[in-house]
Amino acid sequence: MTDPGMRGAVTRGGGAVPLLELRGVGKSFGPVIALDDISTSVRAGEVTCVLGDNGAGKSTLIKVLSGVHRPDRGELLLDGQPVTFGAPRDALDAGIATVYQDLAMIPLMAIWRNFFLGSEPTTGWGPFRRFDRAAAKETTRRELAAMGIDIRDPDQPVGTLSGGERQSVAIARAVHLGARVLILDEPTSALGVRQAGVVLRYIARARDRGLGVVFITHNPHHAHPVGDRFLLLNRGRSLGHYAKDDVTREGLTRLMAGGAELDQLAHELERPEPG
Amino acid sequence: MFRSPRGIANWLDPASTLGIMAVAVALLMIGGHFDLSAGVMTGTTALTVGIVAGEFEQSIWLGIAIALAVALAVGFLNGWLVTRTGLPSFIITLGTFLMLQGINLGLTKFFTGTVTAGGIARAPGYDLAEAVFASRITLGAAQIRIAVLWWVLATVLASYVLLRTRFGNWIFATGGDDVAARNVGVPAQRTTIVLFLTTATAAWFVGTTLAVRLTNVQANTGIGQELIYIVAAVIGGCLLTGGFGSAVGASLGALIFGMTQLGIVYLNWNADWFYFFLGAMLLLAVLANRLVRRYAEAARR
Repeated sequence: MTDPGMRGAVTRGGGAVPLLELRGVGKSFGPVIALDDISTSVRAGEVTCVLGDNGAGKSTLIKVLSGVHRPDRGELLLDGQPVTFGAPRDALDAGIATVYQDLAMIPLMAIWRNFFLGSEPTTGWGPFRRFDRAAAKETTRRELAAMGIDIRDPDQPVGTLSGGERQSVAIARAVHLGARVLILDEPTSALGVRQAGVVLRYIARARDRGLGVVFITHNPHHAHPVGDRFLLLNRGRSLGHYAKDDVTREGLTRLMAGGAELDQLAHELERPEPG
Repeated sequence: MFRSPRGIANWLDPASTLGIMAVAVALLMIGGHFDLSAGVMTGTTALTVGIVAGEFEQSIWLGIAIALAVALAVGFLNGWLVTRTGLPSFIITLGTFLMLQGINLGLTKFFTGTVTAGGIARAPGYDLAEAVFASRITLGAAQIRIAVLWWVLATVLASYVLLRTRFGNWIFATGGDDVAARNVGVPAQRTTIVLFLTTATAAWFVGTTLAVRLTNVQANTGIGQELIYIVAAVIGGCLLTGGFGSAVGASLGALIFGMTQLGIVYLNWNADWFYFFLGAMLLLAVLANRLVRRYAEAARR
């Protein structure tokens, strides 16, 4: 625990014990090492960004955090206590909610049906226990408004929303359902500049409500404005762990592209000298 | 004649047994799956009742209970195979459909020596079974089969489950996108298996109704009906890709089927053309569904 990211957290985050902490986590699939010796932490009211190119191990890391995979090495600590998640449901019950890139919503279903999917409120008892539709609609409208999302009609199918709106509804859902740690898988990657800005604003709002956010992206321009600490991955290994004050946006971009590699690329792409 | 009370009772009759099946099949289709074995399963259950009650001269209620167990076992097998293998339910239930077709013929011949199982009316307990499954209710000038009542009840129950319960939400979600549904904690596999058990239960109910009504069951009963159930559900607005549809729609599809089937007779048209009209209606329904859905989604943008 000597890297700069950890020191930064104590001064900024306040809480001494992180919500979620990874210590030397590794995961292999047969001979392939997907993750090796990864350490980072997620604190309440902070955003931890995981940056990396395709194949860097970001999705394996999400799956370890959300209980889909069990790490082969290292440990996972929840509120300072070691935990193992046997299934995604265990992680959900521990307050770790994951919003997947494309798989967050069912397009043909109404917003309010999506909002409570898998956690529907019920009313009545025994065989007459039913989905409390009035409460679901009302809560959906209220929670979306609280996150600053303006939805005309909670009855409209999610398929009619834009990509950014869908991600925002998914974030609002996770917040309402009591998530303490919110894992966002590339929430801005398929979006245009304005839509991405909308989603970043909701990430900041979730952070301000006291959630610990894990923001997975390959875009340093999206990560830097909202992130408090940055974990860079390359081929399953950590390239470095930085607090916001220790790194600039340009620095992040260079690190991600592998510094020297980017210089090499720039050199190659230069126009040949005439003659 | 067609709009007279007796006429209505006439075309409600084929619509009712079809409707019970169409409602169950619609739930399964909304959940994203097909059950091609549903038609032949009505035959399997009817034959089971026939063999136990007619051939072995046991109580008809024992036959009905065994038929239910058989139907649930087949339904569970369908659902289990579909969720375990991830193969299209179309192929898996096509397999069980063909197997059941062979079993129906083979076992009927084995037990009765012929291709029918009969003598159900002589079985102990038949009177009560007849009252439950095959009696008629006098409504004004018309006598309506009790199956019509069960059909209405099935439609109401299915609509309630679909729109007002958690399980209904899970059906839409599983059919809409089962990976996304599982990611948010919906038990998608359990939902699918329960839906296959539902079509199996409906097939048992309709099969029992046929056995009690006809008292003599042919070994080829129900074959070819599975597609009619799907046609009724699609005419009623179910999407073939899952995630969208309604129980009331499927019932209306069954009603349209019954009206067309007998309407052709009342009009003195050649009944040979019935399937042509059915096919044309299916095409029209699919095209209309597409237009209406596009319009609805565009208007809300």
